[in-house]
Amino acid sequence: MSQTITITINGQKITTHQGASVLEAAEENGINIPRLCYHPMLESTGACRLCVVEVEKARTLQPSCTTPVTEGMVVHTESPRVMDARKTVIDLLLANHPEDCLTCEKNGDCELQNYAYQYGIKHTSYKGERKDYPILDDNPFYQMDPEKCILCGRCVRMCDEVVNHHVWDYAHRGFVTKVTTAYDMPVEEGNCIFCGNCVQVCPTGALLPKYGMGKARSWEITKIRTVCPYCGVGCNIYLHVKNNEVIKVSGAEGGPNDTLLCVKGRFGFDFINHKDRLKTPLIKGEDGQFHTASWDEALDLVARRFAEIKEKHGPNAFGGLSSARCTNEENYLMQKLMRAVLGTNNVDHCARLCHASSVVGLNISLGSAAMTNSIADLVEADVIFIIGSNTTEAHPVIGMWVNRPLRKGARLIVADPRKTEFAERAHVYLQQLPGTDVALLNTMAHVIIKEGWYKKEFVEKRTEGFAELAKFLEPYTPEYAERVTGIAKDEIIEAARIYAEAKNATILYAMGITQHTTGVDNVQAIANLALLTGNIGREGTGVNPLRGQNNVQGSSDMCALPNLLPGYMPVTDPGMRGTFEKAWRVSLPAKPGLTVVEMIHAAEKGEIKAMYVVGENPMVSDPDIQHVEEGLKNLEFLVVQDIFLSETARLADVVLPAVSFAEKTGTFTNTERRIQLLRRAVEPIGQAKADWWIIQELARRMGYAMDYSSPEDIMTEIASLVPIYGGVTYERLGIQGLQWPIPDKTHPGTRILHRDRFTRGLGLLAKVPFKEPDEGPDEEFPLILTTGRILYHYHTGTMTRRSKGLHAIRPEGYMEIHPDTAGRYGVKDGQWVKVTSKRGQIRIKAQVTAKMHPRAVFIPFHFVEAAANMLTNPALDPQAKIPEYKVAAVRVEPEP
Amino acid sequence: MSGHDNTEAKSRGIEDILTGYQGRPGALIPVLQETQEVFGYLSRENMEKIAGALHIPFSKVYGVATFYAQFHLKPRGRNIIRVCLGTACHVRGGEKILDAVSKELNIKPGETTKDLQFTLERVACLGACGLAPTLMVNNETHGRMKPENVPALIQNYRGRDREETAVH
Ligand code: SF4
Ligand code: SF4
Ligand code: SF4
Ligand code: FES
Ligand code: FES
Repeated sequence: MSQTITITINGQKITTHQGASVLEAAEENGINIPRLCYHPMLESTGACRLCVVEVEKARTLQPSCTTPVTEGMVVHTESPRVMDARKTVIDLLLANHPEDCLTCEKNGDCELQNYAYQYGIKHTSYKGERKDYPILDDNPFYQMDPEKCILCGRCVRMCDEVVNHHVWDYAHRGFVTKVTTAYDMPVEEGNCIFCGNCVQVCPTGALLPKYGMGKARSWEITKIRTVCPYCGVGCNIYLHVKNNEVIKVSGAEGGPNDTLLCVKGRFGFDFINHKDRLKTPLIKGEDGQFHTASWDEALDLVARRFAEIKEKHGPNAFGGLSSARCTNEENYLMQKLMRAVLGTNNVDHCARLCHASSVVGLNISLGSAAMTNSIADLVEADVIFIIGSNTTEAHPVIGMWVNRPLRKGARLIVADPRKTEFAERAHVYLQQLPGTDVALLNTMAHVIIKEGWYKKEFVEKRTEGFAELAKFLEPYTPEYAERVTGIAKDEIIEAARIYAEAKNATILYAMGITQHTTGVDNVQAIANLALLTGNIGREGTGVNPLRGQNNVQGSSDMCALPNLLPGYMPVTDPGMRGTFEKAWRVSLPAKPGLTVVEMIHAAEKGEIKAMYVVGENPMVSDPDIQHVEEGLKNLEFLVVQDIFLSETARLADVVLPAVSFAEKTGTFTNTERRIQLLRRAVEPIGQAKADWWIIQELARRMGYAMDYSSPEDIMTEIASLVPIYGGVTYERLGIQGLQWPIPDKTHPGTRILHRDRFTRGLGLLAKVPFKEPDEGPDEEFPLILTTGRILYHYHTGTMTRRSKGLHAIRPEGYMEIHPDTAGRYGVKDGQWVKVTSKRGQIRIKAQVTAKMHPRAVFIPFHFVEAAANMLTNPALDPQAKIPEYKVAAVRVEPEP
Repeated sequence: MSGHDNTEAKSRGIEDILTGYQGRPGALIPVLQETQEVFGYLSRENMEKIAGALHIPFSKVYGVATFYAQFHLKPRGRNIIRVCLGTACHVRGGEKILDAVSKELNIKPGETTKDLQFTLERVACLGACGLAPTLMVNNETHGRMKPENVPALIQNYRGRDREETAVH
């Protein structure tokens, strides 16, 4: 416990903690001290001197942001001497500041302007020289005007301390000092990832976002707090709206991001008003063309065709794909429609394609299918083990938070076939051959047991299966692992030692672990490490799957899944089924349904006749696209509900226009189980409707009474049926949301799972043997293809590729290949190559980089014209039914 | 350092300078100094290498290099001419001397001739006010300068090297 200290500010006695600065102590007690260089997230430098205060017994005025409190200190924050000094500071800053406030984009929102107003400084009394610097305008997202820069250094520190990209620094000296990149080079060359966090903290108009420039004065804007529509971090954002148009996005305080954002969240919102948005329902005519239709026409048609097909072929002729981009309420309703109205369990969604392995694996090993810990407690970790996650690109804001413990001296272990940004910074970097994770993880466990590094007490009290596991792991020696994974054995031992010896070690993993035919095995092998070393149930520890889509946790919780009812209740359990049958007043199918990939196969074989696809784009996202297309074309009736005419929607008989995240209310559950409120910011585009409304209308027209007046109404039903959501009301969610489990209305939510006991009782030490990937390289296809996401795009690109800036920065796909491998196949950097697997072929540009494993190549999956999923292998994990996106055998040939 | 040593030093690459400093951010200033000593100035390429080896952001290396007057980011001439514009020299026509040098070399103060023979700089007081107006070439001071003497003086230094005329 830190000591408390009592000081007096402006005659008021104040108690605060040791180590606080005078500025912070004042602020905690509602006394505001002006500041420009100070920012609560950043280290204080005392550069601007605006925050000076008078401290009794001190000769000179003290900058309150860098002056620590001491016992008995007496402070005056507004004495005449202080006020004079502050006026001088502002006056001097204005001396060489352009006086174009009238047209400055920051007008009304500028901290310098506000202080000038507050301190009554109309004109500067100094005739300062002007700096004659050009505006740095070298990228689609933001610009920098050095003339408006007051050298406070917030941007420098933000980029350095938090983002860890060090784009900015002070250059030159004296009057000509400026904040810039080395040699004023374009910021992207200077390592910028366009997160815009520097832009957000800039107090003046020096750093400005380019979107929305000239579109609104600050006072014409309404700010609505909602949740980012992209990844599972679930960053809280403000949508800045004028005349029903979103013109800017900024990061909101609190929540999982506490103002930080990445490039997608901050600058990737222009898809909302994109001209391609679907504005009316579309019905495909005899001529094969789409014709606009009214909602009544479209919904009646769908209801009639669904009824006919059900009549003729039975309920299992339907397949439904729900979406991790839709809200919890919509996912709940979608699975309810499929089960209660159409009568089938054939409902699934893209969680199948990203974290089905986590859902299965963690449920078996620990009993709860989610991140065990919270993003915020990462900072407590002294060892971070990242495996199969390119965190800085796929979960950028979590990547930024990982910088915190690293700056405090935490050690980093990274295992990845690609040398990612974190791999570059790792204390131990393990470059395993794709698909050999179980061999690596089992060997780490083997070493931990052999060397006696495991936590005996924890293993005895909280786990089961230790003796069997120890025996089972005998053959997983470091020598064995070196042969299989290609990693030197000493490195593996070192990684095991660092992980086991940590006070608090956390594991972060993502699709590099789950998207394998051995996905569930991989997940359980990870859980074993945490269980053996007791690194679970405390701050800074845990087994943490980073979920991909914004609401993939929630859509899993709502169980738009073929074998589970909401809240992970097996459909095969008559008791569980009974609960839902009673609530929904129907009898429910007992047989588990088909998963995404299985539905496509069934469609190809003619067993599934009709599909209802909500917000998914299997024509780009699913493995082996050629077969997806054949399957979908073979359907009698396809309904697609989306915000754009996606590749999949083009094949539909009826297209229903849905609203985007900005136009709706509901909840998303982020990767740390935090249920957060989405608030409607703009009116729907055209006649687009919220997904929940559309589903409800369909149910009604098929004779099933659904009568929800709002998403909140649906949540009330969810809370009554799903125990982990039991305590949720919109009112309680408020600003910060709640982390499940929330068993009742008074429960505060759960930051860390498995504190005193595992959800399943004891943690299960599972024996998972290493198995080769489904498809190994051979003479014809000698390289391993692995796929993934890049920072600037998101999934099938329907949104990000319609964002001007994101598209401009990364307009096309590419294939990463190691220089040695490239040399062997005669491939040069930037050259077009043909990549072929057993299933298909694509053309793509090569990017030669030493980051890649020499025996593998990497292709991002966002680009339909060079779709990685033409090549990927649809082979499935036997339990999770997740396809093996991360390993396929390919051949690479340069084009002449 | 004698001329001989310097030639030897020049054959050292930036890589040689950096051995021993890998991953030591604290060594930035000594490394910059050593690099400048060997190469005469800090090239962009060398600073990038320094940033990489010491694990310091390039923007920071650039910031430090531009902060201290001792560092030069452009190649410097083999001879450095410093014309004094201190009070005494100013009064006694220092500007005219500067103009004459500038004209003779066809460069402005702060610049270097294309053939890398001369760099022209101005200084405030060389501490030889009694001899005003003064200028200094490398480490040699020349007093009581007259504009018409400038061409001959410069001619005298052509082809020579500042190390040869340096006083140690
Ligand atoms: S946008 Fe992000 S990465 Fe780029 S300079 Fe600003 S803080 Fe740094
Ligand atoms: S650009 Fe903005 S944040 Fe950066 S130093 Fe200048 S005024 Fe401060
Ligand atoms: S990290 Fe994820 S949630 Fe946060 S802004 Fe970026 S895409 Fe959005
Ligand atoms: S805010 Fe304290 S010195 Fe700038
Ligand atoms: S003023 Fe020129 S030497 Fe002193």
